[in-house]
Amino acid sequence: MICRAPTLEGSDEDQLLRVSLGPQHPSTHGVFRMNVVLDGETVVRLKPVFGYLHRNHEKIAEGTSYLASMPYTDRLDYICPLSNNWAYALAVERLAGVEVPERAEYMRVILAELTRLINHTAFLGFILGDMGAWGSALMYAFREREKILDLFEDLTGARMMANFMRFGGCRNDLPTGWAERVSVIVNDYGPFLDEMEKFLVGNEILLSRSQDVGQLPKEQLLNGGITGPMLRAAGVNYDLRKADPYGIYERFEFRIPLGEKGDCYDRIMIRFLEMRESLKILRQALAQLPEGDYIHPKAKLRNFKAPVGEVYSRIEGPKGELGFYLISDGATNPYRYRVRPPSFVNLTLLEDMCLGLDLADVIIILGSIDIVLGEVDR
Amino acid sequence: MNQDKMETPAAPARWTWPGLGLLQGLAVSGKNFVQSFYKKERMTTVQYPEERAPISPNFRNFPFLCYDGDDPKAGLRCTACTICEKECPPQCIYIVLDRDENGKSLKRPKVFDIDISVCMNCGICAEVCPFDSIYMDGEYELSTDDRFGGLMLGLDRLSKSADYHMKLRPEQATEVMERRKAEEEKKAAAAAAKAAKAKADQEAKEKAAAEAGASGEKGDEA
Repeated sequence: MICRAPTLEGSDEDQLLRVSLGPQHPSTHGVFRMNVVLDGETVVRLKPVFGYLHRNHEKIAEGTSYLASMPYTDRLDYICPLSNNWAYALAVERLAGVEVPERAEYMRVILAELTRLINHTAFLGFILGDMGAWGSALMYAFREREKILDLFEDLTGARMMANFMRFGGCRNDLPTGWAERVSVIVNDYGPFLDEMEKFLVGNEILLSRSQDVGQLPKEQLLNGGITGPMLRAAGVNYDLRKADPYGIYERFEFRIPLGEKGDCYDRIMIRFLEMRESLKILRQALAQLPEGDYIHPKAKLRNFKAPVGEVYSRIEGPKGELGFYLISDGATNPYRYRVRPPSFVNLTLLEDMCLGLDLADVIIILGSIDIVLGEVDR
Repeated sequence: MNQDKMETPAAPARWTWPGLGLLQGLAVSGKNFVQSFYKKERMTTVQYPEERAPISPNFRNFPFLCYDGDDPKAGLRCTACTICEKECPPQCIYIVLDRDENGKSLKRPKVFDIDISVCMNCGICAEVCPFDSIYMDGEYELSTDDRFGGLMLGLDRLSKSADYHMKLRPEQATEVMERRKAEEEKKAAAAAAKAAKAKADQEAKEKAAAEAGASGEKGDEA
């Protein structure tokens, strides 16, 4: 981690105030700590400290079978487990050359887009909590999120720890009437987003606290490897669903929302727009959902062996590029297993975004990155 | 690449009508507040200990072992093959095979422990079981004051009847029952065919022996 010399002129090193922010309670963003050096109210240095939630995910995955790592991927980004499932299943499928039936591909797109809705809705609640509006916004967001989680429970058996994707498809078929229930939620979501926008967007407190906060030049974001809504809020057109299509995303019509300034306000707005685009994808996917197998008939569950080789496979997770890098030596367990978590990489520029701003802005900037510590610490 | 540029809606001008955005937001929360008193879909509270929300047939919590008939010991489907023990991601299953005094396998578990303080409810054990023996339970009231023993489920607490499974997951249990019945019938048919064949072989052998005896006798005569 970079530790800089104080940048403000005339400030004496002895006069600086060292504050340890956190470790925070898990209900906010996770157990995360920042060592902040302040000159008055202004941030001079900031050092993120993480690892409180380290669970040795990668090394455990190298010791167990390919299938046994699947439930662990749920616990990476626990707000959106189904995207993680998909990213891992996709990596293994590419490594072993497993085919996925049509219906399973559609199911995956539907689940991934519902997960994106969940993530962005929860984000709206959390960031308002970071601004001090702890209550209404979070409750409205979680009310809608819970409806989708009920659907997940009926399909996968668990609200969050889904463990649903398999190499070559999904674990079970959609229950009767499930797709119709998704359509109901998709139709209700537009009005909910309208209400949320009315509730938040014009709010003077939100405007004054989020506009022109945490901006960085595009080049720095690109050099830092930032992906996802963070990057697109700054106006860089990079979405893996279009740039490196996976699954069946090429079949759907949707647009990539782009921001202009890349401040916290744009990062909030981009999530609203992405949710509307997700609703478009969901409508198309539900209309086109074919009959057929939900898993490849020859897909193997036990004693799954991948041929010798390596693969890096990535998907556009709700938080950014989620990649899995696997090396196989032909055994039933991967030789090397590596996760490229979007929140961890997005967190690396936290100090650069915060320098010269007030302490209160740091909290909003951290919220606008949308980190989940399950994924950062792994 | 057909990536359209999409503009962020312009931020409302900041200070034209001071407080207008705030009032708009307040109207939304006021609406939500009032609706929460009369709208049916908003009154979702379930008075928990008195009433319980219905659980979905796919809901999974901790595993249980299924047995046929009335005797949990004799009817247990588990054959102690230890596939679930090997596949369990957090390694929370412990199985010891039961053997008779000669060391011959009895194809049933002597010890079958699941530590539910370690179990992460993934359901992989139920998926990989080839004997339709282990399934995920829907029971969620498992709190105990015994931190170690109370969370270590042995055979006595894990064994649950096929009827329980039928009640919990009717669709899955019916499918399993039908498949098992068909398999049993097939097995019985195969056994009957085998017995019939053995009988026929025996008869043929006896006949052949009788004939041989008869010819021998003939030879003696000659």
